[in-house]
Amino acid sequence: MKQLFSFIKKEFLHVFRDRKTLMLLFGLPVVQLTLFGFALTNEVKNAKIVVADYSKDIATKQITEKIEASKYFDVEKSLKSHDEIEAAFKTGKIKLAILFPENFNENLLHLHKAQIQIIADASDINTATTLTNYISAIVADYQRQLMKDASIPLTITPEIRMLYNPELKGEHTFIPGIMAMIMLLICVMMTSISIVREKELGTMEILLVSPFKPLMVIIAKFIPYLLISFFNITSILLISVYALELPIKGSILLLYSESLLFVVTALAIGLLISIQAQSQQTAMFGSLMATMLPTLLLSGFIFPVENMPLPLRIISNVVPSKWFFIIVKSIMIKGAGISVVWKETLVLTGMMLFFLTVSLRKFKIRLA
Amino acid sequence: MNSTVIKAEKLTKRYGDFVAANELTFDVRAGEIFGFLGANGAGKTTAMRMLCGLSVPSSGTASVAGYDVYKQTENIKRNIGYMSQKFSLYEDLTVMENIGFYAGIYGLTDKEIKEKSVQLVDQLGLHDSAKKLVRSLPLGWKQKLSFLVAIIHQPKIVFLDEPTSGVDPVARRQFWDLIYQAADTGITAFVTTHYMDESEYCHRVSIMVDGNIRALDSPANLKKHFSASSMDEVFQGLAREAKRKED
Amino acid sequence: MTSVELNNVTKKYDKEKVVAVDDVSLSVSKGELFGLIGPDGAGKSSIFRILTTLLLPDGGTATVEGYDVVKDYKTIRGNVGYMPGRFSLYQDLTVEENLSFFATVFGTSIEENYELIKDIYIQIEPFKKRRAGKLSGGMKQKLALSCALIHKPSILFLDEPTTGVDAVSRKEFWEMLKRLKQQGITIMVSTPYMDEATLCDRIALIQSGKILSVDTPSGIVKSYHGKLFAIKSDAMYKLMNDLRAFEHTRSCFAFGEYHHISFKERDKDYTEEVLNYLQAKGHTGVEIKSVTPAIEDCFIDMVEEKKSEA
Repeated sequence: MKQLFSFIKKEFLHVFRDRKTLMLLFGLPVVQLTLFGFALTNEVKNAKIVVADYSKDIATKQITEKIEASKYFDVEKSLKSHDEIEAAFKTGKIKLAILFPENFNENLLHLHKAQIQIIADASDINTATTLTNYISAIVADYQRQLMKDASIPLTITPEIRMLYNPELKGEHTFIPGIMAMIMLLICVMMTSISIVREKELGTMEILLVSPFKPLMVIIAKFIPYLLISFFNITSILLISVYALELPIKGSILLLYSESLLFVVTALAIGLLISIQAQSQQTAMFGSLMATMLPTLLLSGFIFPVENMPLPLRIISNVVPSKWFFIIVKSIMIKGAGISVVWKETLVLTGMMLFFLTVSLRKFKIRLA
Repeated sequence: MNSTVIKAEKLTKRYGDFVAANELTFDVRAGEIFGFLGANGAGKTTAMRMLCGLSVPSSGTASVAGYDVYKQTENIKRNIGYMSQKFSLYEDLTVMENIGFYAGIYGLTDKEIKEKSVQLVDQLGLHDSAKKLVRSLPLGWKQKLSFLVAIIHQPKIVFLDEPTSGVDPVARRQFWDLIYQAADTGITAFVTTHYMDESEYCHRVSIMVDGNIRALDSPANLKKHFSASSMDEVFQGLAREAKRKED
Repeated sequence: MTSVELNNVTKKYDKEKVVAVDDVSLSVSKGELFGLIGPDGAGKSSIFRILTTLLLPDGGTATVEGYDVVKDYKTIRGNVGYMPGRFSLYQDLTVEENLSFFATVFGTSIEENYELIKDIYIQIEPFKKRRAGKLSGGMKQKLALSCALIHKPSILFLDEPTTGVDAVSRKEFWEMLKRLKQQGITIMVSTPYMDEATLCDRIALIQSGKILSVDTPSGIVKSYHGKLFAIKSDAMYKLMNDLRAFEHTRSCFAFGEYHHISFKERDKDYTEEVLNYLQAKGHTGVEIKSVTPAIEDCFIDMVEEKKSEA
């Protein structure tokens, strides 16, 4: 046990001695998130919207003004009927439409509830969800204000409709996507490189000759990157919740457990690469090929899997990040529990066991 | 043998407080085989880098092949050849491809390259292996080939940094034959080595200790001066004075 | 008592195309300082890796301290000290961190076996906070040796520990080996430097995977048959060419400040003929004397013998 501990300590020393890699390890998630996040909020500012007001009373006027006052929206024009909404979207400039039904204020005063319809162009899914979230927030804010003045319970229900993509495929995909990518990159690349480096140095020969068990070498290589990955997951989640205001709807514990599963899979892939590679460059290149490309292209992170041709859809099934991506998406965005994602979890567990067994069996106790 | 090809005057290189090479003054004559000895960390590499135009001296003056090491490094590079034990040849290219590549870098014409390639392969007796990957050659052949490639452009001086490390005794001697041949055509050889017997093959030898040149003369005179029976004894005596053990 | 034994060991690479170790048999006694002497690529590292159980032989058997290198690899691994060809240290860890890491990996601590490494370690201790990558060749070598010794192995395998190290550090290193030998540790060391051969109890000369000879250094020198002469003149390069052209010359090569020459009729003294021949060629300052061959002469002779056989 003391041997293992000393080995892990050594691995950490390697990580902390190499300042450049260290910065990369911890900086990567922040940089990627900020880039994506920045691109996103930039688009959301001054989004052009239209309003169709069938009620034209004091409440609808106040809400419209409130929306217009926010920095996110420019009310492009008021429409007379909702038939014009579709045409407005078709121009491509309008991102969102708000529709007040007749007797909005009256319903609010007498029935204590009213409906507001928010229609978004969901072909750009990230923008659409962000915008509807903002509108809902503004409406909720107005509702609180009314309740304070009137001291009676009021509810304004926003009824959200997503045009062109009603099921919201690909919502907030970039957070789960980045999580998958960063964990893969760090675990696969760093483990494979650090093992291959020992081969290049010749220290692997000494370790093999020592009574230290090969399995322990592997565990010691795993643990630092496992911890770093968890640190990264935490920082990604913190940034997404507090800086990007994208809440986690499901269980955080479940999210971490699934991440653990994924990280171990990634580590096993890294180990497998390190067994084949003879130089650090090969290990690095192999890791990039094994992680970045499939994650970017086949996991659904950038291109929805549903729209792919059949052969690619079949291939995508063997990409672990696809499954992890679905799991994280479901937990974070839909608030799904294990009862929903058990199938994907099972697939991922299978993959983990497969890679772990293969790489442990192939791990050589001798030189080639 | 009288013209001077390397002339160093109080050549110094400092890294902060550390004086890697201290006021080196020496000259090397055309066609000479000059041995440059010193323990690890004595400052050999630093001195060699300055002479090759790879590192700017902190003070002092030096000229190599008639060019100034401060201002005319490009001219220097055109007139010297360089060979280190480690990376001279591309292992994944064939013998001919390596020759062609180096000849090309030094601006030889296609016709010259062709002539040179044939000449080199002849000289080494490598006919059977000319189309083979360098990787598959024995170390001794590789070293001979990389030496000939280093002088493919008939430089005035060739710098050899531990050229014979790890080579078998027969190949080592064949290598020295090549150096002698080159010296015969007027190429000056500036050689570092860890084999003390090889220092006997040099016309003159300098020994660096702690950044200073502690001795410079022909092997025979050095042995006489230090009343030693071999160059190894001379070297051990001087190098053991070293205070610094570090690079 | 035998410590290491190889019986007809063969190792091939590249789908049997390259024979790295060719039917090698030898044995090393307990407490012996045994040298494998030969150039790069002679098969020295492969032999070491087979003995440290890192490579499986393709043919033959080998034992270390009585244990089979294939079957009992686990037992062997815990009991040998091994210093691979390159100084296998973590460049980004300090001297102390390297040593204590290897100590714990072998299930011991620096304190426990400090006595054993004290002699060597004390020389680098002032730099214990320095990273291994920043050490000079000689110091890296001392650290690597300390690391290989830290678990008190009964046998040490040192693969080219002096390659690329300067003459002074080499000498110091061999002095350290002598002291370790006095403590009863069996040492098997390889080197491309022929002059180091005389410092071993026994040596095996090896070339192209084959053992040329196994004997004590003086035994090898004695087995050199015929006479060897050292010769010099004022023009050494010309002398070499002229001597090689001389009709009775068997071989002539540079050897320090002299050329060493042997004749086709190996026991005959050609001094007179040579002097006359060289005078005719215009040489001045000619000096010729009979010399005892060095290990290097023997090695060259054996290699050339092999060549002429083939």
